[in-house]
Amino acid sequence: MTIETSRRGFLTGVAATGAALLVGFTPKGVLAAGPANAQLNPFVKVAADGTLTVILKHFEMGQGTTTGLTTLIAEEMDADWATVQIEFAPANDALYANLLFGSQGTGGSTAMANSFMQYRQAGAAARAVLVQAAAQAWGVAPADITVDKGILRAGDHSAHYGTFVDAAADLTPPAEPVLKDPAAFKLIGNATLPRKDSVGKTDGTAIFAMDVRLPDMVYAVLLRSPKFGGKLTGFTLGEAAGVQGFVDAKALDNGAGVAVYGTTTWAAIQARDAITAEWDFSASETRSTPQIEAGHIALLDAPQYEAAAGVTRADSGAALEAAAQVVEAEFLFPNLAHAPMEPLNCTIAATETGVRVYDGCQFPALTKPTVAGILGLDPEQVEIETVYAGGSFGRRANTVTDYNREAAFAYAALGGTRPVKLVWTREDDLAGGFFRPVAAHRARIGLDGDGNITGWDHRIAAQSIMKGTPFEAFTVHDGVDHTSTEGLADNLYAIPAMSVGLSDWTSPMPVLWWRSVGHSHTAYAKEVALDMAAKAAGRDPVALRRELLADDSNTDQRRLRGVLELVAEKSGWDTPLPAGRGRGVAVHKSFGSYVAQVVEVSDIDGAIRIDRVVCAVDCGVAVNPDVIKAQMEGGIGFGIGHVMRDKITMTEGVVDQANFPDFEPLRMPDIGVIEVHIVPSTEAPTGVGEPGTPPAGPALANAIAAATGKRITKLPMTDHGIEFV
Amino acid sequence: MSLTLKINGEDRQITADPGTPLLWVVRDELNLTGTKFGCGVASCGACTVHVDGEPVRSCQTFVEDLEGAEITTIEGVNGSVAAAVQAAWRELDVVQCGYCQSGQIMQAVGLLSETPRPTDDDIDSYMAGNVCRCATYQRIRAAIHMAAEKMEG
Repeated sequence: MTIETSRRGFLTGVAATGAALLVGFTPKGVLAAGPANAQLNPFVKVAADGTLTVILKHFEMGQGTTTGLTTLIAEEMDADWATVQIEFAPANDALYANLLFGSQGTGGSTAMANSFMQYRQAGAAARAVLVQAAAQAWGVAPADITVDKGILRAGDHSAHYGTFVDAAADLTPPAEPVLKDPAAFKLIGNATLPRKDSVGKTDGTAIFAMDVRLPDMVYAVLLRSPKFGGKLTGFTLGEAAGVQGFVDAKALDNGAGVAVYGTTTWAAIQARDAITAEWDFSASETRSTPQIEAGHIALLDAPQYEAAAGVTRADSGAALEAAAQVVEAEFLFPNLAHAPMEPLNCTIAATETGVRVYDGCQFPALTKPTVAGILGLDPEQVEIETVYAGGSFGRRANTVTDYNREAAFAYAALGGTRPVKLVWTREDDLAGGFFRPVAAHRARIGLDGDGNITGWDHRIAAQSIMKGTPFEAFTVHDGVDHTSTEGLADNLYAIPAMSVGLSDWTSPMPVLWWRSVGHSHTAYAKEVALDMAAKAAGRDPVALRRELLADDSNTDQRRLRGVLELVAEKSGWDTPLPAGRGRGVAVHKSFGSYVAQVVEVSDIDGAIRIDRVVCAVDCGVAVNPDVIKAQMEGGIGFGIGHVMRDKITMTEGVVDQANFPDFEPLRMPDIGVIEVHIVPSTEAPTGVGEPGTPPAGPALANAIAAATGKRITKLPMTDHGIEFV
Repeated sequence: MSLTLKINGEDRQITADPGTPLLWVVRDELNLTGTKFGCGVASCGACTVHVDGEPVRSCQTFVEDLEGAEITTIEGVNGSVAAAVQAAWRELDVVQCGYCQSGQIMQAVGLLSETPRPTDDDIDSYMAGNVCRCATYQRIRAAIHMAAEKMEG
């Protein structure tokens, strides 16, 4: 999903700008001081010993929120970075909503974008009352107090924040706390600030959901239908009872499968292997991949919906009719699994008033009512303890909270008598659906005699991610699921008469957003097709893009052109390469950020080696430059790894890939140096978790075409004549 | 069967069937959860531990083969190589989600113990079995070089 935030005057420095920017945020309400305790507001706790704890409304899946949100409060409070503690917030939509969603959840690369002003205001408000309390205690004016690394000073007075916690709790925080002048930032924009999660993740002490252990807990795995949409009709225990550590096996109430419980994960897995189950496949997906792909391509002939504002196929058709030449390409994108390193899992245990869910929880706003509903509880009886998530790439956020739901059923099936940890194996993960949808595209680009683009008819067929979900109202308009066409129907190039048609594929197999959502295929189709047009027109790919983004009065074009020009400069685009080597460029805006990449490859005896990737990003204010670089590096690796060789396929509705050897992840030798350059900016911060991914695949494809002449429009590349070294 | 395993310098009594992977004993019975489950088929390296100083995949190492062996997990790894590796990892902020990093670090300690000044190619080939879905590879490579420099002191 694309989420826009207002940019104008963003860093002019006063809270009023921020309050106006952030929907639903009223500083007075949120920052009202509670009773005399250390929690100054929902985001800031100060202990009597001066320890500052920042409460994080977003979870950490690696994207850097533990560092990013903490930076904002530590900055406004002039805290000591080395000693600031972090805590994940409980599930509470009223206090911890994502201001762009209206409920608590992480996704769409919005964590920093929606929190930037809110967290700064929370820090500034906490600082204001603490400074006021110190001023009263010392008999000085608040303006005479300075703060450095959490120590307040005025004249001969010196004390840490904790000294004034009790007194501050009786004070009313300012409704509009004064924020720091950006010129005085010490932490925001600091490229050497260490990550908050680095130590625990390098000595084995960081607790992921998979590491949660509770007294008397049992481990459970689920025997699921081998085909999507199958219902359990019965099962036979077989030799399972003889497995050491086997506890029980229960059919789930919703027919989704058999929960198999053990005293260890291994016992549960072993017992599951011994159980045979019978299924009703009458409502299942039973097709195979060739049929599914052909079905998508057939849909391109007659689009159901028009997705580009104000342009129809009649307009683009007329332009194509009159064109001197037409460049045509058909694209096919496979299903892809997210395969986060930490397989999905969730633990549920009884509390005195209900249950507690232990999860690397991405959408508490959905998990809480879902678990409550299954267990017959009020949502208030469900607590969520959020712990580190070992990656997500979108998988942990889904509209039906699938694995939380399963854990609730598995907990209930055992009578709620013991804590239950439901664990997915990697095999469960790759066979489990919620994939990036298959997508087919067809591009027809018309060029006039001078090589100018005169029209573009683009068609997409894909299964809708959002239709039928609670998010439908946000992204589906006039039948068009924006997440199927984003980045293309609203692309930034000045192209006369560009139409975008969309058709929905339907299947009982659930599909899901996968790092960068629709952009994961639209950017590839757009940037490769444009490269083909440049080639046909005899134009330089950078020069053509620059020309299509020439309008200085259009902020989007100006910023996208900015990253294009920066990447061209940093990659040495104008320096010719020897034969057998090639560069490819791609640019794309997603999640509010502008990214351009140049990939450089060598043809080594017919195999491709990826030598270097240069990336330029404009994501507004760079709060944590090193985290931004890390997200670009990771996003590029994710984008390139999957286009190289990954796919999920099916034979009669059963997934063909079992484990990593069949869904081979990017590995260290696959990719050379990645350089990231950040455009300095005072605009509002925008997303970084996803925007690095979309341009990486097409930049690689364009580099391969430059080096070898081979144009790869069907993925993965290794299925279509490309070998890598 | 009843077994004694020497883990992080301590003798630990366990009861497990032959064929039980070390991974699950370490995690679910001994509560050493720094060693991670990623694939179960020795294809990702998240479960890497040391057996007699060599990195192995604990998901495909079976308890009956380990009597008398010195087993080290991320919780127990120490010495100058480990200290250099962990310091470099922190200095370069290698981690993202962090789930694979215990395994990466155990593998890197193995590499630097054998080859104190590895080349990029040495690193790529020794680390190729350790998957990072966040793709932190570039930083891992840099951190290994930095650790090598730290070891030279």
